[in-house]
Amino acid sequence: MTTTTDLTAGDAPLGTTAERRAVVSETGAAPTGEWVIVTRGIKRSYDMGGEIVRALRGVDLAVRRNEYVAIMGPSGSGKSTLMNMIGCLDTPNEGEYWLNGQLVSQMSDDALAHVRNKEIGFVFQTFNLLPRASALHNVELPLVYAGVPAAERRARATEALTRVQLGDRVHHKPNELSGGQRQRVAIARALVNRPSILLADEPTGNLDSTTSEEIMRVFAELASQGQTVIMVTHEPDIAQNARRVVVLRDGVVSSDERQDAFSTRLRQQGSAH
Amino acid sequence: MPLFDAIRLALDTIRVQKLKSVFTLLGVTIGVMFLIAVVSIVEGMGRYMEEDLVGKIIGINTFELRRRPNINIGDVDEAVWLSYSRRPRIMESDVQPVVDALPEGVRWAMYSEDNLRVESRYSRPRNARVLAVDGDYFGLKKMAVTRGRVFTTQEVVLGGNVIVVGQELQRRLFPGVDPIGRELRMGGLPYTVIGIAEPQGSAFGISFDNFAIAPFKAPVHRLLNRRPHVIDAIAVQAPDPTVLADAQEHTRALMRARHRLHPGQDDNFSLETSESALEFWTRIKRYLVLAGVALPALGLVVGAIVIMNIMLVAVAERTREIGVRKALGARRRDVMSQFLIESATLSTLGAALGILLGIGLAEAIAAVTPLPASVAPWSIAVGVLLGAGVGIVSGIYPASRASLLDPIAALRQE
Repeated sequence: MTTTTDLTAGDAPLGTTAERRAVVSETGAAPTGEWVIVTRGIKRSYDMGGEIVRALRGVDLAVRRNEYVAIMGPSGSGKSTLMNMIGCLDTPNEGEYWLNGQLVSQMSDDALAHVRNKEIGFVFQTFNLLPRASALHNVELPLVYAGVPAAERRARATEALTRVQLGDRVHHKPNELSGGQRQRVAIARALVNRPSILLADEPTGNLDSTTSEEIMRVFAELASQGQTVIMVTHEPDIAQNARRVVVLRDGVVSSDERQDAFSTRLRQQGSAH
Repeated sequence: MPLFDAIRLALDTIRVQKLKSVFTLLGVTIGVMFLIAVVSIVEGMGRYMEEDLVGKIIGINTFELRRRPNINIGDVDEAVWLSYSRRPRIMESDVQPVVDALPEGVRWAMYSEDNLRVESRYSRPRNARVLAVDGDYFGLKKMAVTRGRVFTTQEVVLGGNVIVVGQELQRRLFPGVDPIGRELRMGGLPYTVIGIAEPQGSAFGISFDNFAIAPFKAPVHRLLNRRPHVIDAIAVQAPDPTVLADAQEHTRALMRARHRLHPGQDDNFSLETSESALEFWTRIKRYLVLAGVALPALGLVVGAIVIMNIMLVAVAERTREIGVRKALGARRRDVMSQFLIESATLSTLGAALGILLGIGLAEAIAAVTPLPASVAPWSIAVGVLLGAGVGIVSGIYPASRASLLDPIAALRQE
């Protein structure tokens, strides 16, 4: 049985491949509590003006609680589609997606909204803060949709902002904050409702390298505190911050390895793909 | 999302986009403004009609026996007029039998009236309403004199050349002069002013104080009715409606007998009360109120279309915001209600503004024209409800478009 301590050690097993294969192969069965994400052969295709684009062609993925996973892949590999799938913004045409013990692949739009609110904390490349709202109000939003009373919302949002070192910036509007500060507001917003997974889509894509490092440090710290983190990126350097790297190619998982194995391969091949 | 938060959010949005909001509100504001103004004027006219005009002309618990109704503002067509003109006139000889037939405790008066030229030495001639009266005319009209006196029994019986004038006529005929004891002339004959009546007020800019009252037997009555022994009206006032109805029935029976009407024949005389005189007004008022509501409603339709347009633009502009909200867990109904509350808030604000402007407009009209204004509380309620209703109705389509947005596409929007 893997523990959080084992995971931070880096070379400890991240749940063996055999265990992952086992949980993925049990079609129709609810995974046990340790598995936050289990996808079983999910397929997704789009009709682009008569042409069928098969973005996902059967993705199997199993992520345990407390893992820090990077999903990589060139453009067109289906990583955005997979991210939308994991983030419950989209549902697969085929296959199963179990999130925290719930089969979300068959859910209605409103049920998906509820799952997004409770289980997922989004961090976007472009921050996606509401421009006219203060940092505090932005962070409060998920709690508003969770039906949390105003006083408690305020307290929890302030606490989340303090956690990302923005306790003194709660009343600032996004345009009064730097890029790194904005992304930290977004992280506070993602975490405020205590989600099962923090799902980041190119979180450093709009940031300079110094600020990117700062954000990666925040992620590493959150992961070390036990937060499950899924990060979608096309930058190998950023992906190396995760403890496990999944590479997608042509709509299927082409590699799924520990960070050290990925780094070694990266040095040898000069490419992640 | 709680209603209070949603309204605050809507107000924030409106505050940020002040100019756009003002233009959006214009349709609803103007619609509600005219609704309030028109209804206020109609209500004011109604109150005036009921309390002042008809109440003063006829009086409470009073009926007047006439050849034909005095107040004919309704739909009286030519045939009706023709039948009126074939009716027998009310004669002096009718008075005593009618008075004898009345129950105990009622007042009565008879009079003839017309507009006549009245001359005095102190001004140019004026036209005034001149009445020749008998019975308890002053008591029945609750008319007291501020100065001087009313007629003595002797003057009434003998038809003295004495006259009581209204304030307005007094001011015109005797500017700066004490009129008591002075002379005025009608039809070349002199009359002595013995009293000044209390102010009777005015309606629609027409003064009720431009009159002169003489005893019935004074020579002037010959000018008021071209035929001898004809009178205009017998007025009867009862202490309460029951006695009034009783008095009316007695009078009707008596007059039918005197006019030799068979059972089944219609009355060929009128017993006019303030209620019967107001019937026409009640009828007109219904149409006026209908028009007062229907025309502004047309403005509200335009306002609704404008709001719908603006809300569609808002949805398009804030697609990304909608995407973010959905990603953070907003359900369809959350997005729907956010935009519905926003358009309802916007439109209710416009209606509130319209109510204020409408009251102002009504007051302004009342100030510069003789039309009275009386703001009806129900019209304010209707204004607010219409505002909220227009907002909700015109918000439905944009809000449902927003709620149906695909979060992925919405988030990708630049």
